[in-house]
Amino acid sequence: MMERKSNVKGFDTTLMMLYIILVVIGWFAIFSSSVGHTQDISIFDFSKPYGKQFIWIGVSAILSIVILTLDARVFMNYAYYIYAFCLVLMLSVFFLGTSINGAKAWIKIGQFSIQPAEFAKFATALALAKFFNDGKTDKQRANQWIVAGLMVLIPIVIIMLQHDAGSALVYLSFIFLFYREGMSGNIFIIGLGAFILFLLTFCLNEIYALSAATAIYIIFMIIKRRDKRKMLKITVIFLVAVGVIFMINPAYEKILEPHQKMRISTLFGKTVDPQGADFNLNQSKIAIGSGGFFGKGFLKGTQTKLDFVPERHTDFIFCSIGEEFGFFGSMVIVSLFVWLILRVLFLAERHRIRFVRYYGYSVASIMFVHFIVNIGMTIGLVPIIGIPLPFLSYGGSSLIAFTILLFVFIRLNEM
Amino acid sequence: MDGLQERRRYYVVAGIVILLSVIWLARLFFIQVIKTNYKDRAESNALRQITMHPDRGLIYDRNDSLLVYNEAAYDLMLVPNELRAFDTNDLCRILDIDKQEVERRIEKARKYSPLLPSVFAQQISKEDYGYLQEKLVRLNGFFVQNRTLRSYPVPVAAHILGYVGEVNQDMIDKDSYYQMGDYIGISGIEKAYEQELRGEKGQRIVLVDVNNRERGSYENGAHDHPPVAGTPLWSSLDMRLQQFAERQLEGYSGSVVAIEPATGEILCIVSSPSYDPNLLVGRARGKNYMELQNDTKKKPLFNRALSAMYPPGSTFKLANALIGLQEGIITPATTYHCAKGYRVGSLTVGCHHAGSPDLYGAIQTSCNGYFCKLFYNIVSNRKKYKNIQEAYTAWRNYIMSLGFAQKFESDLPYETRGIIPSADYFDKQYRGQWNGNTIVSMGIGQGEVAVTPLQMANFLAIIANRGYYIKPHVIRAIGSKDNINERYTEKIYCNIDEKYFTPVIEGMERVMKSGTGWRSDIKGIRVAGKTGTAQNPHGRDHSVFAAFAPVDKPQIAVFVLVENAGFGATVAAPVATSVIEYYLKDENRKKELEEELERKISAR
Repeated sequence: MMERKSNVKGFDTTLMMLYIILVVIGWFAIFSSSVGHTQDISIFDFSKPYGKQFIWIGVSAILSIVILTLDARVFMNYAYYIYAFCLVLMLSVFFLGTSINGAKAWIKIGQFSIQPAEFAKFATALALAKFFNDGKTDKQRANQWIVAGLMVLIPIVIIMLQHDAGSALVYLSFIFLFYREGMSGNIFIIGLGAFILFLLTFCLNEIYALSAATAIYIIFMIIKRRDKRKMLKITVIFLVAVGVIFMINPAYEKILEPHQKMRISTLFGKTVDPQGADFNLNQSKIAIGSGGFFGKGFLKGTQTKLDFVPERHTDFIFCSIGEEFGFFGSMVIVSLFVWLILRVLFLAERHRIRFVRYYGYSVASIMFVHFIVNIGMTIGLVPIIGIPLPFLSYGGSSLIAFTILLFVFIRLNEM
Repeated sequence: MDGLQERRRYYVVAGIVILLSVIWLARLFFIQVIKTNYKDRAESNALRQITMHPDRGLIYDRNDSLLVYNEAAYDLMLVPNELRAFDTNDLCRILDIDKQEVERRIEKARKYSPLLPSVFAQQISKEDYGYLQEKLVRLNGFFVQNRTLRSYPVPVAAHILGYVGEVNQDMIDKDSYYQMGDYIGISGIEKAYEQELRGEKGQRIVLVDVNNRERGSYENGAHDHPPVAGTPLWSSLDMRLQQFAERQLEGYSGSVVAIEPATGEILCIVSSPSYDPNLLVGRARGKNYMELQNDTKKKPLFNRALSAMYPPGSTFKLANALIGLQEGIITPATTYHCAKGYRVGSLTVGCHHAGSPDLYGAIQTSCNGYFCKLFYNIVSNRKKYKNIQEAYTAWRNYIMSLGFAQKFESDLPYETRGIIPSADYFDKQYRGQWNGNTIVSMGIGQGEVAVTPLQMANFLAIIANRGYYIKPHVIRAIGSKDNINERYTEKIYCNIDEKYFTPVIEGMERVMKSGTGWRSDIKGIRVAGKTGTAQNPHGRDHSVFAAFAPVDKPQIAVFVLVENAGFGATVAAPVATSVIEYYLKDENRKKELEEELERKISAR
């Protein structure tokens, strides 16, 4: 593989700046959505989410400085140890863990709870980069994919056992890394396509899935219009997909036992909400939709303040921004994320050290999946899956994990 | 993979990031900018308009005594979804209901809405509210809403004051002011002055959270405004006089109406039997109303002063005297012979005396013979009119100009027109074959004549005013005591010239001095009166008396009718003169009169 010369050397201030902006916006959004209507407001009220987040931001700042002062090679050399440590930590949850919102995924340390799964993403990204970096020849590739796949699957299985399907789903983001590093494009498209069709069918209905499948089919037929054999192949895949679409719901209804159904539904947030179908989603859409173009103004949101939106300072933090800053605010957030993700991708792609590229792709993909799924669920494009919005959502584990994820990349990128 | 392929894959990944982000932005644009209904839904989610009910306007009498005021009452409200397990015993005891009833009401409220408050128990008294307040802390989902109830310090004038009740769907459709559960004036003053009394509702917009709990005011109360209490009214009624007059008729069926002639203001208006207006208030209203309505013997809800039609009897003779003078049929000096009655062929209208009285004498002695002859002559006047139809119609027009056979349509409820038949009616009735003798009993206020006590009192006011009246009404001022009710200030003149009233009034004075009403004359006040004994096909005659005083500067015109009480002079006249005296004389005399009345009542 060719080694390209990096044209962006040293410390990347753009990433640093984007990080700070997102964290600050996040803190204000948390403040707004958890401040309520009390008269005396102290931002250092550590019993309130905004006060606690203050601590997490401080911890993150210290951690980021530590990371930036460490030798970058530490992360390369200790990748597997970090990975193993995180797996052990996750397993220990089964013995030491406490349940929050039905997911047994937390370890309580004093007043605070940490969620090892958040850190496992970083560890997996590091381990995968190390693994690909150490890979030697193309001949070994077949085995290499199996091992790489297992490295992703192990944390997924552990997390699934903790009943935290949302967090497990995020590990699918490594498919972007695999694709970039030579996985068959067909598998990438079929895998991604099947997953999307499944979600659409299961969470919305057959018509959505069918129209999405048809649209994709037509696009591919046009792209491959010169290759008769491939057109036939695509048509066959399309017909199979249609068949599957119509089988998902009946299969779900007939084959599965009630308790299995229950489990799967809970997994996808179908029946968990107590106030009837789609209550949370509707409230979330109402909050964002009522923002208009410029929003109601800081602290003037009603929906996010009055508990209409569930989890409004954690997973639904975007509702607060959408309501108080309107489409303008949404656009700013989406733009910042797109900028951040593309910047990481760009730096990774250009870096002369392959390890950094592998790791960078994982970082970009993880942030991308979180961002797309989190905002998507608040506006009804993705079923409700409880994963945080990077840097913005309230929560120590999430903020610290994402800070480590990003700053390790910033540090590696300096090499 | 070569470099080119790697580069392509980089673009695919970046492309997916950009493509999805654009789709997401498009969706956001659709939700936030294009679709507008989310805004309304957000408001209906989080904003609750709370209506603050104004206090209904107070009603005072002409001497600033309170007739109607508001008393605090409390509705126990329930939001079913906020309900937690609670001990029903307290609730059952305080509200005096059983467990099943509690469950039934909760179910009913839940059916209406699990999230919105609905009335659990209406109009809880102050005492019960005290007990309830202690328990309320442990009754999640219950809260108390203030309500006001009408209250009457002295239970008088029930018919005229009227009552309030809950609005029905019809009223809500007609006037957007009203909402389900609001109160509205159903009858009497409450109905006629609803616009003034109801006030302006206040509004408070509060933020409520997902559990429907109040969480503060919206935009610091920028959209809130307090309720404005209803306008107070000053009634023309004299509460003490009203009470005195009502006591006078206790045990009788009948009516007393007194008017201040110069203004048309009603000083007292009694319909007996009456009822305590406090009965038609609050939780017991429905039950009490049914009881009053089912009392078919006494008919306490029936307003005899306005809705009942009576033959006026001899008091009607005054009208014919005036018309006779105006038409030139008689002069005060004209005499008609009376031989113990009016006799033409087989027709006889009896009279108590014989002679040839002039007008004064005829009024003084209430001579039937005189007034039959007079009436016969009025409708038989062929010099002026071609036929009886024309002559009768001319007479009828005079009568109508004196306020009969019509509704005044002022602020009084349930008026009836009374009856003075048209010439067409008699044409049909007698197939064109009728003359003055056919209908001669109308000359003495019998036969086809039917009037209301109010019309008679108004007629007395016309006589007192020597020719005009102002529509009788019960509200003299609105808002403040000096702000005279301008709806009823127009003088309505009758078709009788002023000069013709003098001899009639002279005759009425003689009634009191030496005529049929001499027993009831008042020392020190010049009273003009007229007795009547209205024949009544259903039983004993009605006792009737009409009067005004003082003659030279009239301040009160009274009409009294006591059903089935016999001669006017025996029952109605003393009532009328007592009312006049009570109204005109000083406090000491008032006390004496009250004592006399009590003696009279206990002697009955």
